[in-house]
Amino acid sequence: MVDTFEEVNGAHPGFRRNHAKGVCVRGYFEGNGQGSSLSRAVVFRLGKVPVIGRFALAGSEPYAGDAAATVRSMALLFRLPNGEEWRTGMNNIPVFPFRTAQEFRGQLLASAPDPTTGTPDPAKMEAFSKQYPESARAFGLIRNRSASPGFEEDTFNSLNAFRFVNADGVASYVRWSMVPTQRSEPTTTVALAPTGSNYLFDALIASIHRRPLQWHLMVTIAQPGDATDDATVPWPPDRRQVDVGTLTIDQIESEDVSPARDINFDPLVLPDGMAASDDPLLSARSAAYSQSFTRREGETKSPSAISSAETGR
Amino acid sequence: MATPRERTKFAIQSRVLHWLMAVMILTMLFIGVGMVASLDHYHALVAIHRPLGILILILAAIRLVNRRLTTLPPFPPTMAPWERSAASASERLLYALMIALPLVGWAMLSAGHYPIVMAGSLHLPPILPASPTLYTILRHTHTILAFVLFATVLAHAAGVLFHTLVVRDRLLNRMALWPIRPQTRHVSDAAAFEDSK
Repeated sequence: MVDTFEEVNGAHPGFRRNHAKGVCVRGYFEGNGQGSSLSRAVVFRLGKVPVIGRFALAGSEPYAGDAAATVRSMALLFRLPNGEEWRTGMNNIPVFPFRTAQEFRGQLLASAPDPTTGTPDPAKMEAFSKQYPESARAFGLIRNRSASPGFEEDTFNSLNAFRFVNADGVASYVRWSMVPTQRSEPTTTVALAPTGSNYLFDALIASIHRRPLQWHLMVTIAQPGDATDDATVPWPPDRRQVDVGTLTIDQIESEDVSPARDINFDPLVLPDGMAASDDPLLSARSAAYSQSFTRREGETKSPSAISSAETGR
Repeated sequence: MATPRERTKFAIQSRVLHWLMAVMILTMLFIGVGMVASLDHYHALVAIHRPLGILILILAAIRLVNRRLTTLPPFPPTMAPWERSAASASERLLYALMIALPLVGWAMLSAGHYPIVMAGSLHLPPILPASPTLYTILRHTHTILAFVLFATVLAHAAGVLFHTLVVRDRLLNRMALWPIRPQTRHVSDAAAFEDSK
């Protein structure tokens, strides 16, 4: 999987093989106690836990220019008081475009630029869509998502399903989302018109310097029959959602100085009370992240596109 | 613990530990190889690999103490002096690897900023600070040591099997959990042949 990323996108030593361009943040999560009915994880108890995280753009190119259509991600590490950790990587898309790692790999290869034309081969792309109709459907949903102007106003989704177990041993399948409390501010959006190559990150930096940003962690509970092993399929919109707490992000720093650069946001680093579902993508993500981590940690680091000078502004 | 007669076998707890760990270490080596090659089963395999490694570390420490406290059976006269030194050296190497591999794994996860999860909320503290350089070195060391361990296990098994099956000196009996039928080549083989008629 990681070889395919490097083959198609080229290797960019020292950087993540996907979601390469990013910036690190710090803050805290305040559980409101509502989540304890679903999971016995310490993070859902009433109280505050420190969080370190990273906002990034999908793609392997660490110096790519920001673009509105690029998938944006939020990765978080919650440090629980008993020494446990919860790590999660979320995206601002409603579903994941692939059911399995094999599909993801197939699409990377099918969409690779043809060496003679410099653009992807349409015949290969069509063959891929025919072979994996669920992926084509998911791409449709992703294209038609309601766009938000930047990271601050994005809702970030877990995409994969997880299994929560509460103190009584009762299990439920869930997906979660980070839903922003801040709404787009027309004045800022105009002031930071998409001119610079880091305009999305610059807007995020400016917002955090103005005031802490907040998201509500909303947990959606599956009903019997909802797909727990297929991240390309959305769950019906009427599923019960529980607001389990608030994430506050109040500090931002460059990858050049943040410890978050050397953290693998493996979605299967889970505290007791949270576990993987039967979604095959989870184990594949864990494996690929680990491989990407091992490779980049051994490589010489180049400066991040988002420098300390930029995050300090 | 020492018996009045000279030992012909390892002490019972030594034999139990030996075979228990043999199964665990072989399982561990195959899980390790499968883990790095698999996407779909990666998580399930890693979840076994970590606590099993720590269990091997604990058992290896117990075994090391047990070895000091018990008397060992002597080598059979069929073993040449060079074979005896090779056997002792490979045993020392096996002990070193049984202890080093889990420690390197634990240190590697610590340096990689990973939580060292055993099961549920049970986890171990880091034994090294987070460091990309240390992580990379230890990650590669872990793989190299695993291959050395696999080679040493094979050499150890090959030596014992050669003696047991080719030299027929019943070397395996020293470690066997239950008595193996005496390997008498002349008289009783003929008797067995007579019996089966």
